Parts: sequence; C-alpha cells; structure tokens
Amino acid sequence: MTLTVFWIFGVIAMGSGLLCITRKNPIASALWLVVTLFALAALFVLLDAQFIAVLQVLVYAGAIMVLFLFVIMLLNLGRPGPTDIKGPLGLLGATVLAGALLLLLRPLGQAPLPAEIQLPPGTVAALQQQRGMVGAVATPLFDTYLVPFEIASVLLLTAIVGAVVLAKRKL
Amino acid sequence: MTFFLVSSAIKVFVVFNLIMVGVALLTLLERRVCAWMQDRLGPNRVGPQGILQPAADGLKNFLKEETSPAMADKTLFTLAPIVSFVPALLTFGVIPFAAPLPTRWGVVPMVVADLPVGFLYILAISSLGVYGIVLAGWSSNNKYALLGGLRASAQMISYEIALGMSTVAVILLAGNVTLSQVIAQQQQALWFVIPLTVAFLIFFISALAETNRLPFDLPEAEGELIAGYHTEYSSMKFSMFYIAEYSNMVTASALMATLFFGGWDIPFTSWDSTGDPSLVKTLATLAVFGLKTFVFLFTYIWVRWTLPRFRYDQLMALGWKVLLPLVLLYITLLAVAIWFVRIRLGWDYGPGMAWVLGGLNLVLLIVLAWWLDRGRIVSGSVPQEAA
Repeated sequence: MTLTVFWIFGVIAMGSGLLCITRKNPIASALWLVVTLFALAALFVLLDAQFIAVLQVLVYAGAIMVLFLFVIMLLNLGRPGPTDIKGPLGLLGATVLAGALLLLLRPLGQAPLPAEIQLPPGTVAALQQQRGMVGAVATPLFDTYLVPFEIASVLLLTAIVGAVVLAKRKL
Repeated sequence: MTFFLVSSAIKVFVVFNLIMVGVALLTLLERRVCAWMQDRLGPNRVGPQGILQPAADGLKNFLKEETSPAMADKTLFTLAPIVSFVPALLTFGVIPFAAPLPTRWGVVPMVVADLPVGFLYILAISSLGVYGIVLAGWSSNNKYALLGGLRASAQMISYEIALGMSTVAVILLAGNVTLSQVIAQQQQALWFVIPLTVAFLIFFISALAETNRLPFDLPEAEGELIAGYHTEYSSMKFSMFYIAEYSNMVTASALMATLFFGGWDIPFTSWDSTGDPSLVKTLATLAVFGLKTFVFLFTYIWVRWTLPRFRYDQLMALGWKVLLPLVLLYITLLAVAIWFVRIRLGWDYGPGMAWVLGGLNLVLLIVLAWWLDRGRIVSGSVPQEAA
C-alpha cells in the first residue's frame, strides 16, 4: 500500500518536475512546479511528517509560488520565450551533463544511510505521541538547535533588508 | 478498516451535499437580507418566499451559452474555475461539526478527517484558492481581469499573514492544532473568544479579506474593473467561482465558530461533552454548530451591505501597517501572559486563566480602540474650529 502510494507520487513529482523545466511558457512552468511541490508534500505525509507536508503546501505552494505567478504576470512574461538550449551542440552538451549527473547520483542510491541521521524505528511516532505533531518539530527547533535557527533568521532578515535597499535607491 | 472507509464515504457525501445546498440557500439569503436592509422585497416569486430561486438560478447557469474568448489561454481558462472550486470544498473536511455519533458498528466522530495538523491544513489548502483567481485573471487575456487577478494575489498573500498570525494565539493557548482538541479545551472552561478577543477581531477582519468579501472585494470591484477576474466567464464556469466564494465563506464562518466560539459545544452545560454519545446529543450539537456558523454568515452579509469598499492603498496599508504589527505585538504580549500564568502561577487552562487573559484583552481592546480612534470617530471627523 505505502509502496504503491510512494511510486504514484514519486512518478508525479518526477514527471511534473521534468515538465516544469521543459515548458516554454513561464506560467505553465510555474504551475508544474506547484504540482511537484504537492507530490513532495504527499511523500512527506508518507514519512509521517504531516506538519512538514502542510508547511510545504502553505509556504511554497500557497505563498512563494503565488508571488512567482504575481511577478510573471506583473512583468507580463507570460508568453512563450526563446529556449535556453541553443542548437544541436547545446542539446548534446546538456544530454552529456545530465548523464554525468545521473552517473554521479548512482552510488548514492546504493550507499547505506549514515548512522547519525538514522533513528531507531518508532522514535518519531513516540515523539509525536508525546509532544504532538507540531511539538515534535518545535522542540528541537527552538531548544536544541536554537542558535542555528536564529542565525538562519538573521540571514533571511539581511536578505530582506538588502532587497529593500536595492529596490529603493533613496530611502 | 471497512467501517472507517464506509463511514468516511458517507460523511464526505453528506458534508459535500450540505455545503452545496447551504451555499445555494446562502445566495438567496444574501439577496433577501440585502433587500430587507434596503427596504425592498427581494426575490420572492419562485416557490414560497423565493426558496426555489437558487434552483432556478442553477438551472439558468447550466443552460446558458458558454462563451470562450478567442485570445484566451484555453487550458488555463478551463482550469481556473476548477482550481478555485476544489480547495474551497476541501477545507471543510477537518472541521468537527457535532458530537460523536454512536452506531451499531462503533462510534463515528463527526468530522470527515480529524488530521493531527488540524487547522494548519485549512490555512494551507485555502491559500491555494488564490491560484484559481490569478489564473482566471491571466488566462482571460483581458486587462480588467488581469488587474483583478493581480489585486487578488497581492491581497490574499498580505492578509494570509495576519490570518495565520492570529491563529498562533490559539496555538499558544491550546498548545495543540488539532481542532477536536481545541474544542475539547474550550468545553472544559470558557470559549477562546474571551481570552483571545483581539485575535478573534484580527481573524475576522482577515477572513473578510481572504474570502474577497466587502469591504475588501477589490479583485472584483465592479465600479472600476467590470467584474474583475471573472469578467470573461459565463454560465457554469462563472457559477463555480461564485460557489467557491460562498463555500469559502461557510468554511471561514465554521472556523471562527470552532476556534473562538467552542465549535459544537453547547454553552452553560457539560451535558453535550460528557457521558456516552447518543443520537440526541449529535443532533443537538449539530444544530448549535449550525446556528453559530449561521450567525457569522449573517454577519458577513450584514457587513457587505453596510460598509463601502476600501481603496486599494487603504487595503494594503491596513494589512501591512496596522494588522501585521498589531498581531505581532499581541502575540508577544499574550505569550508573556500565558508564560506568567502557566509557568509562574502554575495554572492550567480553566475559568481563572481565561478570565485573567480576558481582562488583559479588555485592556488591550480599550487601548486599541483609543489608538484607532485618535479623536476621529467619537469626536467627529470634521476638524474642530479654533475658538
């Protein structure tokens, strides 16, 4: 059952990802990316990480991709543009590079999972039972890894301030 | 497993039909209430008191000619109403609408899917509704529709932040996002509207904006944009946008009733939440839940026919410069208050804690009203003449 669902959504994710990078129309591209994000959210649910799945839909599909569409529409880029791959030579190069990437990824599929990121089976379920679905994510984020989390927030804040400064020449 | 599947299928069927019929009656209610407020009669010809008017409208929409603009993007033009319609109906799935129902095969919880992520699911799915509007605006290839779509996306993104932040207050107090747990906590003591009054107000205003209702219906402002994003739509496709808007209203009202007004809880009695489940309890709580939802739906209509429309810059200023700082400040204050009561005093959520937080909210509300007024409403908007 789980394996079947995994394959269904895995295929959808791969297929829509491919369509996302091959469509010439930016709007179609963005929409296929939304489908990919949905399929990934479904895979998160399969991993018993419903909270992450919901955040994926809420933040990426619901907010960031809407802003993408907003910008595409605002700049009126919504018509098919020229393709990035120029000529048969470019196509050949792209194929070779994609093949090389796949070859590099092959050993990764056979390598065993490092012990550090493996939890004994049932740990996550017990944690969620004890702390709730959100608490299981919140406790490590705001307790154990508070400093890295805060550093990441400051980094994002810097990016926002930088974007405002770049966009508004005189404040 | 079979029991779960069969009961879920029945619940999905019943809830879907209830929403569709409710939406149909809501369109009639809107027109009748509007007429009543404007001292007219409203539609009263089809059936007794016009009760069959929605059926006539539905039939008309089915039979109307379906137009398709020549320069529109056909695929997206067809996809847009669907994308708008589906999330609007999906969101109701996690809202518990009555006490559990006992059957011969086991107790059935009266919620389609009691997800552990609770109302985060509603926020996530309802944030997808904007795609329908944006795509409709863009694919119509019409500048009014495009402007409507652009406005909708900016407006919904802006108010989603205030909406999400105001629910953080509920998470802080309840410590849980599962809606059945949120209701159970409110049944033990007071409804969350007392300890979280300011959050409720912010939620209500943001929900008006999220559902594109007046005074925030800028995406379809007919005076300036013809009909906004659905200018080019006709017949059933137009109708689907309409149904989506109204079912979003139903979900928002039900969510307000659940988060802040105790869900299916019957006030002043613990008869409904204790003891064995029974059919009478299920029906009584269902009626109470329906009544609470109806009150909010009526308020929606009431607001629509009372207030004029905002200007677009006013809308954005309200969202970003008033509601967002306000809700951030409120969450900070509330977190400190909850920390003090829960950790320092060691109280659990109960009447005592609810009233203490309610007092804090009252003070905040007075300060807020004083600041929002700033000598305008109470003393009149015309500047006082110098003596």
